[in-house]
Amino acid sequence: MVTQIIYKTILASVILVLSLLVAMYSTLIERKVAGWFQDRHGPNRAGPWGLLQPLADGIKLFFKEEFMPQSADKFLYILGPSLTMFVALLTSAVIPWGPDLVINGETYALQVADINIGILYIFAIVSIGVYGIMIGGWASNNKYALLGAVRASSQMISYELAMSLSIITIVMMTGSLSMREIVAQQQGFNWNIFYQPLGFLIFLICAFAETNRSPFDLPECETELVGGYHTEYSSMKLGFYLFSEYINMFISGAVMSTLFLGGYYFPGLDKLGLSTNVFALVSFMVLFTKITFFGFIYMWIRWTLPRFRYDQLMRLGWKSLIPLAILNVVITGVVILLNK
Amino acid sequence: MKTLTNRSKIVSNKRMNFWERIYLPAITGGMRITFGHLFRKKTTVQYPEVTREFSEIYRGKHVLKRDDEGRERCTACGLCAVACPAEAITMIAAERKPGEENLYREEKYAAVYEIDMLRCIFCGDCEEACPKEAIFLTREMVKADYVRNKFIYGKDELVEPMDPAKRIDVSKRQTPEVLEFKKDKRYKHNK
Repeated sequence: MVTQIIYKTILASVILVLSLLVAMYSTLIERKVAGWFQDRHGPNRAGPWGLLQPLADGIKLFFKEEFMPQSADKFLYILGPSLTMFVALLTSAVIPWGPDLVINGETYALQVADINIGILYIFAIVSIGVYGIMIGGWASNNKYALLGAVRASSQMISYELAMSLSIITIVMMTGSLSMREIVAQQQGFNWNIFYQPLGFLIFLICAFAETNRSPFDLPECETELVGGYHTEYSSMKLGFYLFSEYINMFISGAVMSTLFLGGYYFPGLDKLGLSTNVFALVSFMVLFTKITFFGFIYMWIRWTLPRFRYDQLMRLGWKSLIPLAILNVVITGVVILLNK
Repeated sequence: MKTLTNRSKIVSNKRMNFWERIYLPAITGGMRITFGHLFRKKTTVQYPEVTREFSEIYRGKHVLKRDDEGRERCTACGLCAVACPAEAITMIAAERKPGEENLYREEKYAAVYEIDMLRCIFCGDCEEACPKEAIFLTREMVKADYVRNKFIYGKDELVEPMDPAKRIDVSKRQTPEVLEFKKDKRYKHNK
């Protein structure tokens, strides 16, 4: 029991550090990819291939002046970015990162908490995520920040509906809310994306909206709202906001891989006859590759599509995605009933 | 209607069909285009290591030429200052004293010759106006500075060095065609 507790603590810290590291280098990769998409090189001055760029950015953010508007609500102003960061990091707890490790005859699950309502947990946490942005925007006492916050909250609430509806089909098919169970049912090439392509598409679009990524980046929309909800933020508080966006990208990539792309499974990998621990590590690499793929999709879309207008965003969410998701639920239900 | 260019497209207001309305084919099309750009040749010039190639007849900082014997060609006629659309050139003329024949070619020379590099638009009109082939634009750039005063270049910066090895080559800007053009008396400044 004690070893399990120690192990879980270590695992949680490793995942924490990993998501921070990934978020850090996502900023570099984002800028690199942006450069390549625009026939440029991207940052390449700080260290070889610009590898020290995230470090330089981090140091820069730390040494910037901590500015707080005079009329800001002091407590909420600090709570906003903290909450955003906190919530962004919480989601990773229920994601199964790989099959079990066996050390000295004892099994260690590569998952911080295998709770039987994993999906529900993720949705609960993601819903709290909007508070960080809303509180930050409200506390700044700035019209741009407030507008950004209002947009963020309405956008996230609207798209959460379609998102959860698209997940209901997965729950109906697997009959479980546990992430581990969902992954286990996708063993081999039995991935959910082949059974739920429409659900996957809806989930993907909603994930873009939930992480405030382009083309749904209205909350921080530089061209209209200066900086949106983080207009008044500077120094590491701004860093937290920007950072949590990349953590959210990483985590949502992990959730999408887990729910639709077979998690850590890859066809033929279990037939290679690898030892348990090596298999676990290779499986983790497989999951990581899938997450990276999603990260690239995020950036690819960002440099391809222009931003949605607010009314277009609402129309897409309420009049297209939610009816489609409900239709998807109905079709799935009928098919399950017929196959009984 | 005849179009000026062949790039114009006829637009229509027809209703979009189903595939156009769900936008997904258009989005994948767009993504294919952006993906193609990943492997294109990068257009960036990596500045300190690589410098952009200059044209042979680049119009940069001016030079006041000396003739083959090292005498200043400028005779302070002021035609360049008149021709200058930005009014960047000012000069004060002086008379050549006996014994200075090795310094100035004509009896009159420019004691002060100043070009305000912040006003100059590098059009090359001064060069075209000059009847003595004294002023030319070179491939050298005007360097950046912190103070505006330093951009008023005097003779110390403009006159080319005496040392034959350090002479500035302007043969690319002084082609036979240019010389022929300068003989054309139809233009006011050539009279």
